[in-house]
Amino acid sequence: MHAWRVMMMMPRSKKQRQLFYLVPYGAWLLLFVIVPLCLLVVQSLMTQNGHFTLNNYAIYFSSGTYLRMTFNSVWFAFLITIITLIISYPTAYFLNQLKQKQFWLLLIILPTWINLLLKTYAFIGLLSKTGSVNTFLNLWGIAPKQLLFSDWSFLLVAAYIEIPFMILPIFNSLAEINPRLEQASRDLGANKWQTLRYVTVPLSMTGVKAGIQAVFIPSLSLFMITRLIGGNRVITLGTAIEEHFLVTQNWHLGSTIGVILIIAMVITMSITRDRVRKHSRKRG
Amino acid sequence: MKLHAFLVTMYLLTKSEDWALTNTSTPIIEFKNISLSYDDNEVLKNIDLELEAGKFYTLLGPSGSGKTTILNLISGQLTATHGNILFEGNVINDVPVEKRNMNTVFQDYGLFPNMNVYDNVAFGPSIKGMNKATIKTKVTEMLDLVKLSQFADREINELSGGQRQRVAIARALANDPEILLLDEPLSALDYKLRKDMQSELREIQQRLGITFVFVTHDQEEALAMSDWIFVMNDGVIQQNGSPEDIYDEPINHFVADFIGESNILDGIMKADYLVHFVGKDFENVDAGMRPNERVEVVLRPEDLDLTTVDQAKLIVTIEDQSFRGDYYEITAIDDDGNEWQVQATNKATVGSRLGLTFDPEDIHIMRFNESEDDFDARLESYDDDAAE
Repeated sequence: MHAWRVMMMMPRSKKQRQLFYLVPYGAWLLLFVIVPLCLLVVQSLMTQNGHFTLNNYAIYFSSGTYLRMTFNSVWFAFLITIITLIISYPTAYFLNQLKQKQFWLLLIILPTWINLLLKTYAFIGLLSKTGSVNTFLNLWGIAPKQLLFSDWSFLLVAAYIEIPFMILPIFNSLAEINPRLEQASRDLGANKWQTLRYVTVPLSMTGVKAGIQAVFIPSLSLFMITRLIGGNRVITLGTAIEEHFLVTQNWHLGSTIGVILIIAMVITMSITRDRVRKHSRKRG
Repeated sequence: MKLHAFLVTMYLLTKSEDWALTNTSTPIIEFKNISLSYDDNEVLKNIDLELEAGKFYTLLGPSGSGKTTILNLISGQLTATHGNILFEGNVINDVPVEKRNMNTVFQDYGLFPNMNVYDNVAFGPSIKGMNKATIKTKVTEMLDLVKLSQFADREINELSGGQRQRVAIARALANDPEILLLDEPLSALDYKLRKDMQSELREIQQRLGITFVFVTHDQEEALAMSDWIFVMNDGVIQQNGSPEDIYDEPINHFVADFIGESNILDGIMKADYLVHFVGKDFENVDAGMRPNERVEVVLRPEDLDLTTVDQAKLIVTIEDQSFRGDYYEITAIDDDGNEWQVQATNKATVGSRLGLTFDPEDIHIMRFNESEDDFDARLESYDDDAAE
C-alpha cells in the first residue's frame, strides 16, 4: 500500500521527471552555495553591531595595505600560473606521445592524494637550513643558504602543488586531438614546430584555459603555504581573510575581502571561458 | 650555310630526343623492392612499381591488402623496412613528409576544426610563406575548382560530408602538388554523391594534368576512374594494367573474383586452343601451356548467353533470378552441379532447362602461380599470333 502511494507521487511527464531529478542538486546548491554567498555579502555590509554600512568596503579601498595585498595576491597567483603553465604544457605534450601514457599520468597525479599540509612540511624538511638541499650543497663546500621564507621558495612549493591541476586538463585536451590533424598538417608542408604552433596549440586551448582556472583561482587565496614556506613575507588576500576571521575576529571585514576575492574569480572565469567561435571576419 | 642549317637541325633533333627521353623514361614515383613489416607481420612484400607523371592510378584491394600502406610510403608518413623509393629518379627514403611535393586527401578528411573553409585551404600556401594576395588568389581558384566559392567563411562543422570532401581536395591541391594521394576519399559518401565525385575527380585530374594515386576497395570505382590499376592482396601486387586489361584478362583466382562477377571453374588445357572443363572440350584462344596442364577457367556472366537446348554448349537449370534494372541476374546449375552466374536481357522461368552459349574468346585461362611477367608475355604472344 505504501509503495503504491509513493508510486502515485512519482512525477509522470518527462519534464516533471527532469525537475524531480533536479531536487537534490538544487537543494545542495541552495544550502551550500547560494545561502553562504548571501550570508557573506550581508556580513560584508554590516558593522560589528549589526547595522548596515558600506564602511568595510571604504576601509578596504582606502587602505594602501589591502590594495597592496590584493596586488600581491594577483601578482603571485599570476606568477604561479605562468610557472606551472610553462612546466605543464611541454610535460602534458610529451606525456601524450608516450606509449604508457596513462601510467605516467598516474605518477603525476599521485602527489595530489597526499595531504597538502604534509607536502608543505616535507618542503620545510627539504629547504630548511639543516635540510637535504643545504646538506647536499655543503658536500660541495657551499655554505648553508637561507632557502625557506623567500618569494622563490613560496613560488616553488605553490607551483609544485598546482602542477597536476594544470597538466591534467591540458593532457586531456591534447589526447582528444585527432592524430590525423597533425598528420594533415605535416602533409601540407608544416614542420613539427609549425604543426605545434598552428594546429596542436590552438586545438588544446580549452585545456589550457581550464588549467589556468584550476590554478589561478585557488592561488589567489593561498594562505597556508604563504605562512609555512613564505614565512608571511608574501601576504596575500587569503592570509588577510584568515587573520580577520581567526585573529582579529573582524568577520565583517574578512567577508568584504572574501566578496572581493569572489569577484576577482568571476572575472578570471569570464576571461578564460571557452567562447563559441563566431566567424565574422571580413577578408580584404 | 647549308651545312650550318643541317648541324642546327641535328642539334635540335638530339635535344628533342633528350627531352623525350627524360620525359618518358623517368617515372615520377618508383618503388624498388620495397618491404614493410611491423614486428613479425609483413605488410608489404618486395613491391616494385612505377608511376608515370600525369596519370590516374588506383590501388585496389580488400582492407589489409597493403594499399594504404603504399600510399603512406609515397607521402612519407611511413618508412619502408627495406628497399628504395624514388621521386623523379632520386631516392627519397629520408625526405620528411613536409618536404615532399605531394599532398593527401584523407579518408576522414582531417580538416582543421579550429579554422574555417578559407583558412583550411590557405594552410599550405601560408606555411610556405606566400604573400596574402597570392594566397587569396590560390584559395579562390581552388574553391572555384571544387565549386565551393560561396563557402569560404563557413566553419567546418557547418558543412555536409560531401562539402568537407571538397574542402579536403581543395586544401590538398592548393599546394600545387605534383602528386595527389587520395585515401578512400569517397567511402563515406552516399551512392549518388560518390558517383558525382568520381567523374568530378577524374575531370579535375585531367584539367590539372597531375598524377593522382587513388586508394579504394571498390572495384567499380577503380574501373570507372583509372588509367591504370594495381590490384593488391596480402601485401603483394597481384596484377597491374589498364581497367580493360584487368577486367578482361584477370591473372589469377583472386583478381577474377575481386574484380566484377566471375564464373571460375577448374579445367585442363588438353592442347593449344583446346580446354576441357565441366566434362567437355571447348575451343578457345589460349596456347603455350604444357599438355594437360591444370588451369582455372573464367567466364564473365555478361559473356554468357541463354539459348535453346539444341543450340547449347552447356545445358543448365534455372535456379533463381533477380531483376537488376538493366539486366536480369540469373543463377543456373549445370548437370555436374556447378553454379553459373548469367546476366541476361530477357526474363527466364525458374526451374526451366535452357542452354548456355559463349564464344571461344570469352574463355579466359588462368595458370596457377603464373608471374605477372610470364602472364603479360603469354597474352602478348596471342596478339602476335592474331596479327600473323
